[in-house]
Amino acid sequence: MSIEDKINSLIENNKILLFMKGSPKFPQCGFSSLACQILTACDANYETVDVLQDQDIREGIKTFSNWPTIPQLYINKEFVGGADIIREMYESGELAKVISGT
Amino acid sequence: MLTPEYIKAVIQKNMDCVFIEIKGDDGTHFEAIIVSDIFDHLSKVKQHQKVYDALDGMMKQELHALSIKTYTASQWGKIQHGDN
Repeated sequence: MSIEDKINSLIENNKILLFMKGSPKFPQCGFSSLACQILTACDANYETVDVLQDQDIREGIKTFSNWPTIPQLYINKEFVGGADIIREMYESGELAKVISGT
Repeated sequence: MLTPEYIKAVIQKNMDCVFIEIKGDDGTHFEAIIVSDIFDHLSKVKQHQKVYDALDGMMKQELHALSIKTYTASQWGKIQHGDN
């Protein structure tokens, strides 16, 4: 299975999916931790992928999304953004709307 | 070491900006405010991808964290007059 297929199946099978460094309990980067806190604050039922456990996914997701950093949030198979955009959408209330639509 | 001036010059070379300001003096973490009409009708993600594209792959090596705020000229005009 190619990396792209692996990423595709992860995104296909999880409505809200956060590619992050570490896990919600043990985030390994401030931006990833912020993304988790925001998703939790929105009562989102989300899954995570720890890119530190799989170097191929860590690099592959950046090409896949055409986005150079981690974390990366996918909702309903659509790339939503990184930490900056997640925070901006949370502050504007847009994120809660998108999440309730899942 | 990466400087705000250098990042600003690279972005301006690759993208028409009405206004651009880059802050950050530690060489890896920067904050950018960029105003351009190419952002019109684009989602936030696509707006930021335009900025990353303009950075010529710089994001891949040295630049670890670039916090980006993007506005169209009309949005920026509202903010400047304090009625956003």
